[in-house]
Amino acid sequence: MTEMVSTQRKKIHPHKFAMWLGIGSIIMMFAGLTSAYIVKQSQAEWTTVVIPKIFYYSTAVMLLSSLTMQMALKSFKERNMNQYRLLVSLTALLGFGFIAMQIIGFLQLTSDGFRLEGSGAAAFLYVIFGLHALHVLGGAVALMVMLVRAFSIRIRNYNPVPVEVASTYWHFVDLLWVYLFIFFLWRV
Amino acid sequence: MSQDSIHGHPEVVTTHEVHHDEHHGHHKETFITKYVFSQDHKMIAKQFLITGMVWAVLGGLMSVLFRLQLGYPNETFPWLEDILGRWAKGGRISVENYYSLVTMHGTVLVFFVLTGGLSGTFANFLIPLQIGARDMASPFLNMLSYWFFFGGSIVILASFFVQTGPFSGGWTFYPPLSALGDASPGSKIGADLWIIGMALFVVSSLLGGLNYISTILNMRTKGMSMSRVPLTVWALLFTAVLGVLSFPVLLSGLILLLFDRHAGTSFYLSDIFIAGKALPNEGGSAILFQHLFWFLGHPEVYIIILPAMGLVSEIMAVNCRKPIFGYMAMVGSMFAIAILAFLVWAHHMFVTGLNPFLGSVFVLLTLLIAVPSAIKVFNWLTTMWRGNIRFTPAMMFAVGFVSLFISGGLTGIFLGNSTLDIQLHDTYFVIAHFHIVMGVSAFFGMFAGVYHWFPKMYGRYMNNTLAYIHFWVTLVGAYLIFWPMHYEGLAAMPRRYMDYSAWSSFNQFEGLNQFISTVAIIVFAVQLLFLFNFFYSIFKGRRVTSQNPYGATTLEWTTPIRPGHGNWPGEIPEVHRWAYDYGKDDRSFIPQTEPIGAHESKH
Ligand code: HEM
Ligand SMILES: [Cu+2]
Repeated sequence: MTEMVSTQRKKIHPHKFAMWLGIGSIIMMFAGLTSAYIVKQSQAEWTTVVIPKIFYYSTAVMLLSSLTMQMALKSFKERNMNQYRLLVSLTALLGFGFIAMQIIGFLQLTSDGFRLEGSGAAAFLYVIFGLHALHVLGGAVALMVMLVRAFSIRIRNYNPVPVEVASTYWHFVDLLWVYLFIFFLWRV
Repeated sequence: MSQDSIHGHPEVVTTHEVHHDEHHGHHKETFITKYVFSQDHKMIAKQFLITGMVWAVLGGLMSVLFRLQLGYPNETFPWLEDILGRWAKGGRISVENYYSLVTMHGTVLVFFVLTGGLSGTFANFLIPLQIGARDMASPFLNMLSYWFFFGGSIVILASFFVQTGPFSGGWTFYPPLSALGDASPGSKIGADLWIIGMALFVVSSLLGGLNYISTILNMRTKGMSMSRVPLTVWALLFTAVLGVLSFPVLLSGLILLLFDRHAGTSFYLSDIFIAGKALPNEGGSAILFQHLFWFLGHPEVYIIILPAMGLVSEIMAVNCRKPIFGYMAMVGSMFAIAILAFLVWAHHMFVTGLNPFLGSVFVLLTLLIAVPSAIKVFNWLTTMWRGNIRFTPAMMFAVGFVSLFISGGLTGIFLGNSTLDIQLHDTYFVIAHFHIVMGVSAFFGMFAGVYHWFPKMYGRYMNNTLAYIHFWVTLVGAYLIFWPMHYEGLAAMPRRYMDYSAWSSFNQFEGLNQFISTVAIIVFAVQLLFLFNFFYSIFKGRRVTSQNPYGATTLEWTTPIRPGHGNWPGEIPEVHRWAYDYGKDDRSFIPQTEPIGAHESKH
């Protein structure tokens, strides 16, 4: 009986592994979009865009949220639950702040006359940044769910796997953002 | 308690595996949890199989209808109107409906039958059973995978009942027909439903694929190293990897398309006139969509064929009573196919004005795929060579698969040459090529799998006489249908037309087209025989009485005749050898669970 337990070959937890695979497929999706951008850019009637300053600030917010996420994971592992709850709330809040700033950025772009209509950089920017924001939203909602669980007294759970999975995802959307932002700064 | 831990939290299962088994069968299963929202991989496999069958019948019926038109373009069939109403006014399929039928036939068979139905069934059924796992890494996500598939199916089905009909611009969904609601009736709500249905389908395949990969890599029983897993498992692994990496790209393409349809962007649209009126869209590129589509589309054809290859390899070894020839070569060639599958997509675009130099690179890469494909064929033939072959129905279909794969692969080499493709592109030659190499072959792999594993699925056998009739009519019929299409294609008869009578040069094919249509109807009818056999045998088939009726080495035959949720009532068996010890040391077979004997020879 005990032998069976020890014999199960498990190098990496299947949930974490599945998250890495999921990240792989999200990467493919954005790779598809950014390569579409490159293909389109080389064609006639390409129009460019001026990237509003606010996206620099949102980048800072996103990076900061990665830091708080990492600290949250650390305090969870130290079973410092109060600090963990605080840091997860902060991370989710920063996530929502990021999304709000992206929306403000979109509004600025529109008022600067860069509209969704057309086929240039602006159209790609709206779609790509928008899809990224949706991925952040998904992560933030997942954090909220974890928070609710962490507050409920009924569930006493010190299994770090869900927190680790969430933090992997969060760092990923952060890195993805950095990639997309640099991509636009570089290609525009 | 065990219900919850088996289902909701696999991390608990894996650490307390044995402990929970003893409670197995005690928890109550209701009809809903057992047959509808089941989290048992075996039941989910059956759900995929039966949904796939329903789709196959519908998709097949569509082809019967448009073959009626192609074979008998000048006749009317008043009884059609009685059955189909507005689809066949005056006993003829209308133009819009004809295009909807060909489009949906392709969509349904490529995605919902040969991807969802095939991978969904056998990945679910065989992976845990053959690697020695109680269930998938996440049974819950696995259940969701089926229900997303089901949801996508419903949405696609619904598009048949909207006023303007389902999408009608071809299964490849090229813009502008797919991007402009005004382009055709099917481009209106039908196209939106197609996108939604496909998006649900993509989510389903991603959930499924993630699960298959993490199950195969993480949940193998003791001793089951990757070099010991049956080739089915390898094939399903590569299939899942292809899906996880290529479907998201299709999704990006469809998202951009949605924006073109509803938000006024012009990613794919430029310089378009509809009914003499110029549209404002400028600067877009329809070719961009083709790149995104075929970056998925080509891996997709291998997503369809790889599981069939895996099933056939396994069935061949069992029924030849010989080890599979070149196990590592089989794995290596599947790996090569999986890599190359991502590097050849532009061979579908040779005549789009692709840079000829780039074209020649894609010619080279495309022809390279012939090498691993040929290695596999060679290995199947050498596995059969001097084997002690049992011609069971499953084995017949496996041999049929190899025959079809060779025939269709050879025409691929014609098409892979960009210069020849100028003549052959968008003709019936392409139709013949991919129906033989992918459509019928994959169906043969699937039939082989169903006949072979039916006893494990339902604890009963299917009827062999009906199965042999099914096999011969289908094999001969498939060649009679698709072989002549090569000639039509070489004569430049284009695909996707409803009526060829305007070309006098194609009048010579009138009789041939009638012949093809007649055979198609017969072959369709014989598939109903298979369905009858399948469903009849579930309830009335001869009972399986021994645990390992084929004398096979693999783990699924160490489970009880009708395994419960969790597969093995006691401990999961340990594995000591690879899956292909057939005909060794004068023994017919040695199960994977048997330790290596002291005096055993090496294979
Ligand atoms: C020796 C290997 C193969 C080669 C060199 C090859 C080459 C090609 C080429 C060049 C085309 C494009 C023809 C055109 O549109 O003008 C084509 C079409 C196609 N091939 Fe293959 N092929 C091979 C094997 C396969 C296999 C194994 C499958 C599926 C399992 C497959 C499925 C298809 C499909 C579905 C299409 C047509 C899609 C469409 O236009 O609707 N091919 N093939
Ligand atoms: Cu291809």
